[in-house]
Amino acid sequence: MIIGGIRVPLFASLIIWAILWEIAGRSGASFVIPPLSAIFARIVEIVPTPTFLAALAVTAKTFVIGNAIAILVGIPIGVAMGRSDLADRTLLPWVNMFISAPLSALVPVIMVLFGLGETTIILTVVLFAIWIIVLDTRAGVRSIPPSLVEMARSFGASRLQAFGKIYVWAALPEILSSIRLGMIRAVKGVVIGQLLVSIVGFGRLFELYSSHFLMEHFWALLFVIFAFAFALNEALAWLERRVEYYAASRT
Amino acid sequence: MTARAEHYASPSRVAVEVRGVSKIYDGGVEALNDISLYFPEGQLTTLLGPSGCGKTTLLKIIAGLIAPTSGSVKVEGREVTGPGPERAFVFQDFALMPWASVMRNVAFGLELRGVAKTERERVAQGYIGEVGLKGFEAAYPHALSGGMRQRVGLARALAVNAKVLLMDEPFSAVDEQTRRKFQEDLLRLVAQERKTFIFVTHSIEEAVYVSDRIVLLSKRPSRVSEIITPAIDRSVDPERIRRSQAYLDTVEAIWQGLKRYLE
Repeated sequence: MIIGGIRVPLFASLIIWAILWEIAGRSGASFVIPPLSAIFARIVEIVPTPTFLAALAVTAKTFVIGNAIAILVGIPIGVAMGRSDLADRTLLPWVNMFISAPLSALVPVIMVLFGLGETTIILTVVLFAIWIIVLDTRAGVRSIPPSLVEMARSFGASRLQAFGKIYVWAALPEILSSIRLGMIRAVKGVVIGQLLVSIVGFGRLFELYSSHFLMEHFWALLFVIFAFAFALNEALAWLERRVEYYAASRT
Repeated sequence: MTARAEHYASPSRVAVEVRGVSKIYDGGVEALNDISLYFPEGQLTTLLGPSGCGKTTLLKIIAGLIAPTSGSVKVEGREVTGPGPERAFVFQDFALMPWASVMRNVAFGLELRGVAKTERERVAQGYIGEVGLKGFEAAYPHALSGGMRQRVGLARALAVNAKVLLMDEPFSAVDEQTRRKFQEDLLRLVAQERKTFIFVTHSIEEAVYVSDRIVLLSKRPSRVSEIITPAIDRSVDPERIRRSQAYLDTVEAIWQGLKRYLE
């Protein structure tokens, strides 16, 4: 970005917002907005506490398991839809419905079925992440050059071999970006799941902090989650760029 | 200068037999109409015809990649119901795995058959050398030229040691110089490998240069319009074939035959 002939770094706007936040916080305009410096001090203070670490462990566990299920179930479904018209016609309307539906509204249903525990949070993560993985994997498989599919067949690949040795690899650029998008949605899932269940993990902490008007704690928690989602996205985008070279070489 | 053979008057053993094959695609496009042909063992037979005439369709039916609407194909006396280990395919656009090295690409057919890694790499190594890619074993396809990529495709087809090699316009995506070199190498390969080659091309010169037999297909829906056996002495220097009278006459005769399909 160049303003008035001077090159301004991209994160400059973040600094301006941080300064405005600090000023607003110190002016005492609203208890909802504590000074930014106080929030960061609070992050340093609460992160090492056992309650926080326990909440983090629950969150990490449900996030990882939920994503693993979404990936392990979503990719085969996406490949099947990309390869078979029957699977595609049967499943596509459902996938399209779920990808645009307000999924938060379904969490109470999961809660009723599976109770107020980790299972519910894991399933919420799956519910948020899986659809984009299915849809992008399907798109990736559909863009595989037909000759590569014929090659696998003509050299005698079984269905399982074609899946494991050709489809997944040929669609890898799309699959990786679907996993990245799925994980971003999964962050929403894990937070919303915990907020609605609100007796485990960060959900319990959010509930605790907001009910006691501990706004510094509340914001500190939010920042940690934001930072986590951002770092996750960047890490996966980096991984995606590493496989880009052959995505570009596809015809 | 050209000898015309009857469809079923075969002096040598028949490797592939096509009987009454027709193909009508969904939507009613009639690609092939009652084609009967045989392919003699150990020879290179070319399917030649105007573009869009269904040569590739016929080749893919022989490969077992497409099912015919009616008729049957027999390879080594056995009915074709799908792809099989006695046939290997060389693709027009190479169909290499961009994420795999030259070595893994060449060994892929053997990998699918469950041949142990050291064994399949030993076999692949030999064919990589044979197609002139020694030193490129660890390279990835995107680092290779079009001609080199097709050499990988050829080595992959050779590595599975199939009796019948099906080649779908294998040299159409490479430049002219590379193409000529390829054609010379192919002659050497046919003489040395003793396999049955079925070759699809739209280039008359290429067909006459490399083929023992040329099957001329008519416009869609394709029928066999003529079978030509070029009487060319291939024991001479490959450079001289292109200047021999037999070569030039055959090219001319085929051109006169195909001309009527063009409007």
